[in-house]
Amino acid sequence: MACECGNCIDYSVLDRIVEESRGKEGILINVLHSVQEHYGALTPDIQKRISDGLNIPLSQVYGTVTFYHFFTMVPKGKYVIKICTGTACYVRGANKLVENFVDKLGIEVGQTTNDGLFSLETVRCVGACSLAPVVTINDVDIYKRVSPKEIDGIIAGYRQKEAE
Amino acid sequence: MLNININGMDVKVEKGSTILEAANKIGLKIPTLCHIPEIQKIGACRMCLVDIEGNPKLQASCTTPVVDGMIVKTNTKKVRDTRKFVLELILSDHPTACLTCERNTRCELQTLAAELGVDIVPFRGATSSRGKDNDTLQLNYDGSKCIYCKRCETMCNEVQTVGAIFSQKRGFDSEVGTPFNLPFKDSVCTGCGQCVLNCPVGALKDNENIDEVWDAIYNPDKITVIQVAPSVRVTLGEEFGLKPGSIVTGKIFAAMRRMGFDHIFDTDFAADLTIMEEGYEFINRVKNGGTLPMITSCSPGWVNFIETFFPDLLPNLSTCKSPQQMQGAMVKTYFAEKMKLDPKKIVSISVMPCTAKKGEAKRPEMGRDGYSDVDIAITTREFAKMIRQSEIDFLNLPDEGPDDPIGISTGAGLIFGASGGVMEAALRTALEVIEGHEIKNVDYVGVRGLKLDGFKEATVSTQIDGNPVDVKVAVASGLGNARKLMEKVQAGEADYHFIEIMACPGGCIGGGGQPIPTTTEIRKQRIEGIYKGDKDMPIRKSHENPAIQVLYKEFLGEPNGHKAHELLHTHYTQQKYYENLKK
Repeated sequence: MACECGNCIDYSVLDRIVEESRGKEGILINVLHSVQEHYGALTPDIQKRISDGLNIPLSQVYGTVTFYHFFTMVPKGKYVIKICTGTACYVRGANKLVENFVDKLGIEVGQTTNDGLFSLETVRCVGACSLAPVVTINDVDIYKRVSPKEIDGIIAGYRQKEAE
Repeated sequence: MLNININGMDVKVEKGSTILEAANKIGLKIPTLCHIPEIQKIGACRMCLVDIEGNPKLQASCTTPVVDGMIVKTNTKKVRDTRKFVLELILSDHPTACLTCERNTRCELQTLAAELGVDIVPFRGATSSRGKDNDTLQLNYDGSKCIYCKRCETMCNEVQTVGAIFSQKRGFDSEVGTPFNLPFKDSVCTGCGQCVLNCPVGALKDNENIDEVWDAIYNPDKITVIQVAPSVRVTLGEEFGLKPGSIVTGKIFAAMRRMGFDHIFDTDFAADLTIMEEGYEFINRVKNGGTLPMITSCSPGWVNFIETFFPDLLPNLSTCKSPQQMQGAMVKTYFAEKMKLDPKKIVSISVMPCTAKKGEAKRPEMGRDGYSDVDIAITTREFAKMIRQSEIDFLNLPDEGPDDPIGISTGAGLIFGASGGVMEAALRTALEVIEGHEIKNVDYVGVRGLKLDGFKEATVSTQIDGNPVDVKVAVASGLGNARKLMEKVQAGEADYHFIEIMACPGGCIGGGGQPIPTTTEIRKQRIEGIYKGDKDMPIRKSHENPAIQVLYKEFLGEPNGHKAHELLHTHYTQQKYYENLKK
């Protein structure tokens, strides 16, 4: 049951994931995946609850969370912008795209805008080299052969969507 | 058996052995940093690389199992150059201010650099920015010196199953640390110090209290009263070049006197006192249906462990304070009264094999009227350092004894220093009290010895109020073994009456505050020293200690009586960690 106060986090999904996984060998990473998917981030408090539930030391949970790039301890923005910096994209100017996104959003790679709308990340090769340079948003919207000039438009599009 | 050839010599080794073990067998000393014999084989540091015929790449000898007919070379030019290169890479991210390092002249990395002939550190680039922890009573952490050998991590997780520290982050940012880089004191760390004992460099070390001790000695308004724990007398000699297990009891007292301590005592006396209290507590529990199994409470790392991980078993824990605290309590009450000293002026100091004792001394419940039983606890290593600072020629000191009136001790008190010793000492007293007559045999060998994996069990037959009873006991050392035993107790699969637990493998002789190195072999030699010492003692049962008898007669009254309870017993509370983390 979720608390009504508005400050508490509803742990029921986490507890169910942990319950289903308890006692299974090498289950930690899968649990972290599922929990992050649901809650958006693996906050210290969430890591503690996983540690208690799976009977794995918190140091080990934290060690695993900080080892894998995929896991995050701060919630990501609603739109996760990933700029491919694989070889083909890099050669075709991905670093210029990174500079521009950093400039326009006012955040560094790995950070999230204050309004919680955008997170900025770089990835190594999304496997679409013929479309280089590639930008993906939430792994769903794919922008091909992106030029720095298009960036304002891309960002504005999502802001517009939110405003509606 | 497998036949292999190392450096031209034929060696027969058992199947499953590693090349390193085979090489050690014929007296070769292959360098290692991340290796802990029998405990950690991860091949991470690459110092032990060797050349195997037919293999194009050098292999880590600590992880490579021997294959029949293998031809190995451990000291070719390629091997030596590569090892040196690897060491230079490690040194590229390690401070070179050796002169001011805690481990100067006693550092494994420094020794290897000398042995392998590193004359300059050729690679200098960015240095990692790992954390520091000066905030924890039991130890001190300086991440800049860490070489990432993971020996501490393995001791904490595999051997002790505490899990306070673990590898975190990746690449250049990798470090072994507590969750969210909290100070150790805010983690589940028990303060056992096995990480410190196994650190090859100065990344983990004592949180030293030496200066406070000197200040107390030099302060004319203070009265310094010192005690030394049982196991220290068989380990301290190692700091001055003696063989592990050498007994230096007399020299310790002589050194203390020359250093300027006002009153010098032996914790062995308080160990006898512990046996009186714990023995009678045990008899009471057995006779009156108290909570069983009763579990010993002398080891503060263990007390922290049970308070954190098995709070439901706290009623099983003996309410007796540890010998350190009992000694401190007697110093500030009985001794102070007898000598007409103001307890507030007394600085009670202890020399302990233990880092966790520093935490125990600071527990708020361990004292009365605004003063603590023990004010400063220092480790064997710190005490050795103080002796060196005092310009004392330790090895040529005469043998001296402790002071009166609480200076007499027994073999029973001495064996507290080894795993099984508290149990044996308790049996020596409890069975005689139960049966009401002298029992000739004092050697309960079933509970002795170094058991690294699992626990020791013994059954002793006796009679309680005319009824025959088999007293079942178990002894575990190392917190991983303790955990297994406690899980059995929780599951109702253990019908023991009495359990002894020591936090460190082998008991206090392997304590986190003992001289470095402390290996399995060294632990065994120290245990031999303990039992040799016991055998040579004129009195070997705690209740026969005349100073103990006088103490009860003049001051305490009955064992477990009102006064004894007030001064010598304590209580426990569940420890909770990682509360109120960021949401």
